[in-house]
Amino acid sequence: MTDDSDHDGRVWLGTPAFPEAARSALADTRLRHNLRHATTTIRAKRLDATGEVPHWEELREAGAAIKRRTTRHLAHYLEQLEANVTAAGGTVHWATDAAEANRIVERLVRAGGGGEAERHEVVKVKSMATQEIGLNEALAAAGITAYETDLAELIVQLGQDRPSHILVPAIHRNRAEIREIFAERMGERGRAAPADLTDDPKALAEAARLHLREKFLTARVAISGANFAAADTGTIAVVESEGNGRMCLTLPETLITVMGIEKVVPSFADLELFLQLLPRSSTGERMNPYTSLWTGVTPGDGPQDFHLILLDNGRTDVLKDTVGRQALACIRCSACLNVCPVYERTGGHAYGSVYPGPIGAVLTPQLAGVRRAASLPFASTLCGACYDACPVKIDIPEILVHLRAKVVEAKRDDRALPTPEALAMKAASTVLDSPGLLGVAQRAAAAGGRLTSGRGGRIRRLPGPLGGWSATRDTPPPPRESFRAWWRENREER
Amino acid sequence: MKSGSKENSPAADRSEADCPAGDRAAGGATADSRAVVLARIRAALRDVPADESPEDVSVPRTYRRTVLPGDTVALFAARVADYRATVVRTSPEDVARTVAVLLERRGVRRVVVPDGFPPEFLTRTDADLVGDSPPLSVRQLDSLDCTLTTAAVAIAETGTIVLDTGPGQGRRALSLIPDHHLCVVRAEQIAPDVPGALAGLDPHRPLTFVSGPSATSDIELQRVEGVHGPRTLDVVLVVTAPSGAHP
Ligand code: SF4
Repeated sequence: MTDDSDHDGRVWLGTPAFPEAARSALADTRLRHNLRHATTTIRAKRLDATGEVPHWEELREAGAAIKRRTTRHLAHYLEQLEANVTAAGGTVHWATDAAEANRIVERLVRAGGGGEAERHEVVKVKSMATQEIGLNEALAAAGITAYETDLAELIVQLGQDRPSHILVPAIHRNRAEIREIFAERMGERGRAAPADLTDDPKALAEAARLHLREKFLTARVAISGANFAAADTGTIAVVESEGNGRMCLTLPETLITVMGIEKVVPSFADLELFLQLLPRSSTGERMNPYTSLWTGVTPGDGPQDFHLILLDNGRTDVLKDTVGRQALACIRCSACLNVCPVYERTGGHAYGSVYPGPIGAVLTPQLAGVRRAASLPFASTLCGACYDACPVKIDIPEILVHLRAKVVEAKRDDRALPTPEALAMKAASTVLDSPGLLGVAQRAAAAGGRLTSGRGGRIRRLPGPLGGWSATRDTPPPPRESFRAWWRENREER
Repeated sequence: MKSGSKENSPAADRSEADCPAGDRAAGGATADSRAVVLARIRAALRDVPADESPEDVSVPRTYRRTVLPGDTVALFAARVADYRATVVRTSPEDVARTVAVLLERRGVRRVVVPDGFPPEFLTRTDADLVGDSPPLSVRQLDSLDCTLTTAAVAIAETGTIVLDTGPGQGRRALSLIPDHHLCVVRAEQIAPDVPGALAGLDPHRPLTFVSGPSATSDIELQRVEGVHGPRTLDVVLVVTAPSGAHP
């Protein structure tokens, strides 16, 4: 497991580059066991759920096409979304980056809290966007307590831990650990766990229900993410299982939804696709227990004050790259994680980002810049399983290869000298199709890289929530051990 | 709020060439940020031809044909049951008795009845019936055992009921806070699949798709029914002609 001692929840300070992080994850037998059990189980369920749909491939094709249409005309759809949310009584805000989004939320929470400075609390439903921007920490710094209400997020939050899977963030914890966390920590933040709490999952879920009920019934402000937003109506969709989402979306007076700009879809009718693709790919269910759709404000029902924050935070950088931009189609189903042979053995923490697994390997370097996540594009065997599983047909292997070239280029630019990797990559652009030759090329590059990495300049400290990352990482020298070499050495682990 | 210092501004740090107003956006007004984000998007998409319209990007809709077996009622019942919800088929004449039996079986003493719920379904139960006008407080709702609702539409393929807060359904909190939800669905309301259901829904009403009871698999992937939403879901399926007569 990674060293949790100095993380602030936003970025994972002190996370080593992928190969080292992966090595320590591999040494953790229990983590590996939990992961294997989880990924194997979800994989089988997903295959059942997708296999029973005779026209599954047509759904994927249409999903990919809708996302392509949206991406190519993103400004158009965002303006339409804004107009329709506003017409329905909501307020739309735009945030260029994490800091701005956090400031907007903070201001809205204060306004919605009725001015009682001493009692600023919000309930939250799981949202990757708010993890990405480090919202909980920003709110804490402003004296506002955010309560995560998704069971897994609660486990992670009480355990002062990091999520390790998009869908099952506490996949690295077993029931005995969860019992211990609940017994020790719940009392610090509200209703304590029952004294006779067992590690039966039913009892643990019941403890969470009781612990959070009081928060739901008294919360005045809730914060959510969004799975989809329909431009033509202004309708937002949140897909969930436990009912904590419904609680957050229904009971408070103020609702603040933080949404990446890539989550917009052209029309309400398009939800017919994504409400089929997402649950079957994600939890392997025909449908998740609860999906909430709402449009602005409904008098007499639910929050009467609704705010939608449209977040850029690097997404427009991803958009610039004609190959890389397809990663913006991601609907965060986590299917690619569960089929990935690398993820199955290393777990999510090794990726050092809120976005783990294959999608993280292509998204994080693009959102944060390839210099800051240079080892991630190499965290794959290019086996293609992620592409086959992806419900919106993102060609992750293609983006990985593309980003590897960019990593090499970035290093060459930094040094104004061809790096050994650059030379190897140049000579071997066709080699990328051949796993055997790639291994040789990478090893050669790494061997050379060790000799020359002393020349590499340390990049300056980067601002914003990702700053911590660069503060503790040098511009990564070429991985000492190429990913493939590491993979070969470690794969006897089974 | 007004701190626009360069050190704290990733916008200023990133690709100044493409976003001339980036430094202004860091601590400034949202109106500026709107312009910045939209300008960045347009700049990033320079490769998209100016005369391309969204519809030029074709979307194959071949998935829209229905490929399900004919008996949607049987399929719906089976798929709801797969979620460990209880499905009871009944005839229109027998709804009141079925509702009474289910409430009795669950030990329900006080039940929320939204405005517009058919009174003829309530003639047999002994439970206390509690209305929602004026609106019940969340505390009051939390003290009640069950909520009765009708539905807007149902989906056979996924075993889903959809509530749209219309007559007989009440506002969203009603079907959320009490621990037991009993929903009466008429067979004619069952759409074969998700596209069929969505086509009949009004996006300007709050919509809740319910597929079985609240559940989690967050602990070692073991499914547990009932976390924050109702732990028990009963569906009374009202079928006029006995459609389940054939195999
Ligand atoms: S990349 Fe595809 S498979 Fe992976 S999480 Fe995103 S949508 Fe799912």
